[in-house]
Amino acid sequence: MSLKAAADRSPGSVVGPRPDPPLALLAELTHRCPLRCPYCSNPLALERADVELDTATWRRVLGEAAALGVLQVHFSGGEPLARRDLVDLVRHAAGAGLYANLITSGIGLERRRMAALAAAGLEHVQLSLQDSDSAAGDVIAGRPGAQGEKHRAAKVVREAGLPLTINAVVHRRNLERLEQLIELALGLGAERLEIAHVQYYGWGLANRAALLPSRAQLDRATATVAAARLRLAGRLVIDYVVPDYYARRPKACMGGWGRRFLNVTPAGKVLPCHAAETLPVLEFPTVAESSLAEIWYESAAFRQFRGTGWMGEPCRSCERREIDWGGCRCQAFALTGDAARIDPACALSPEHGLMARAQAEAETAPVGLIYRSYRLSSARGFR
Amino acid sequence: MSETGPIAQGPGGGVRVVDGGTVLRFPPHVKFRFDDTRQAWVVLAPEKLLLPDPTAVEVLRLVDGARDVDAIVDDLAGRFEAPREVISGDVLALLQDLLSKRILRG
Repeated sequence: MSLKAAADRSPGSVVGPRPDPPLALLAELTHRCPLRCPYCSNPLALERADVELDTATWRRVLGEAAALGVLQVHFSGGEPLARRDLVDLVRHAAGAGLYANLITSGIGLERRRMAALAAAGLEHVQLSLQDSDSAAGDVIAGRPGAQGEKHRAAKVVREAGLPLTINAVVHRRNLERLEQLIELALGLGAERLEIAHVQYYGWGLANRAALLPSRAQLDRATATVAAARLRLAGRLVIDYVVPDYYARRPKACMGGWGRRFLNVTPAGKVLPCHAAETLPVLEFPTVAESSLAEIWYESAAFRQFRGTGWMGEPCRSCERREIDWGGCRCQAFALTGDAARIDPACALSPEHGLMARAQAEAETAPVGLIYRSYRLSSARGFR
Repeated sequence: MSETGPIAQGPGGGVRVVDGGTVLRFPPHVKFRFDDTRQAWVVLAPEKLLLPDPTAVEVLRLVDGARDVDAIVDDLAGRFEAPREVISGDVLALLQDLLSKRILRG
């Protein structure tokens, strides 16, 4: 008998014509948000409140997700607390057997709402934190007083007895305070800390020159995380997401296209990842037209980059083709104009030099931040 | 769903060491349940989702907050054709790993 540690089993063993069912659903309930972070993962073309799915439709989608085999649902946004029906949706998800997670800015998370969410079956809260320094945090959040509200939200989560993960997005402007960020997460009662370097899509890409860290900053951060993991073992679990601009091989984006994740946008578009709408080549199905199962197994959008059949060289013959799945389609498109090309984060890409040029660009004169906003979203004519 | 790195035994003590007398349990917000769609056991936890292999499932089904590790190993040794030391080593490694990831609590 041999016992391997339970690990994320790679659902790479696609047996027969059908892929494995998805593991998780990212439910973007709304794009509305009290914060304006310049690296927001929402698309440049934000969806407005009047196109958001209604409660009945979300309930149906959650039921379809559970029936399809989704195990975890991440209620996200925008700010999901902006939806008045959030407690109802959490209850519905938990009732369907889904493990419900709330991804929140914490703005407006007061005690009574938290208690209602916990009673409805919420299992966990992930709270964003922009910085250890309150003034700097408020600048990135684009909201005076945001940091203080987050500290209060953390307390409310812990008082409700729910486990707390702090999600700290790190970049050129806050990496010098990484040590303090880790201490703050501990002080706020977090059991887990996700230190995630900005991913450069959408708003993040628009702000890349202002946010991309230097190699030296990245190396110091990586060493800080390694030391903190040792020092805090048993007290704080630290997950660390590195920026692929300094990588030799690309990340296995979303664990591979259409292999693990589904994303439903506020208006009901179903995407293989939250950035996929940046790809102009695809028409994404909606929950109004089809069931999640039909979309997962049958839709052209989910099949387009699933597996390895779409790959050209050098991916097609690469020994890592089922490890990193050719990297990220959105990054390939954003940087090369071709969504089916090798991700330029890979050193084997003919366009890998783009990464070094972006690093050099970030080393030049300081650049202002472009904040996420509906006004900019429409004024610039983003799709 | 990124990995959390190797088990760290911090110089300051860090994760407690699992031994034969350790009693472990699943904390309230970790769910170990059977999934009908996959016909397999799954572990659902904050920001984590584990699909344990069949042997790990046999161990986890015995984690109940009452049995200690020796009792778990005894149970498995009575049911599986393997030397007790081998089973014991595998069980300790698995439980230590899950304790460090906060999937289990002491």
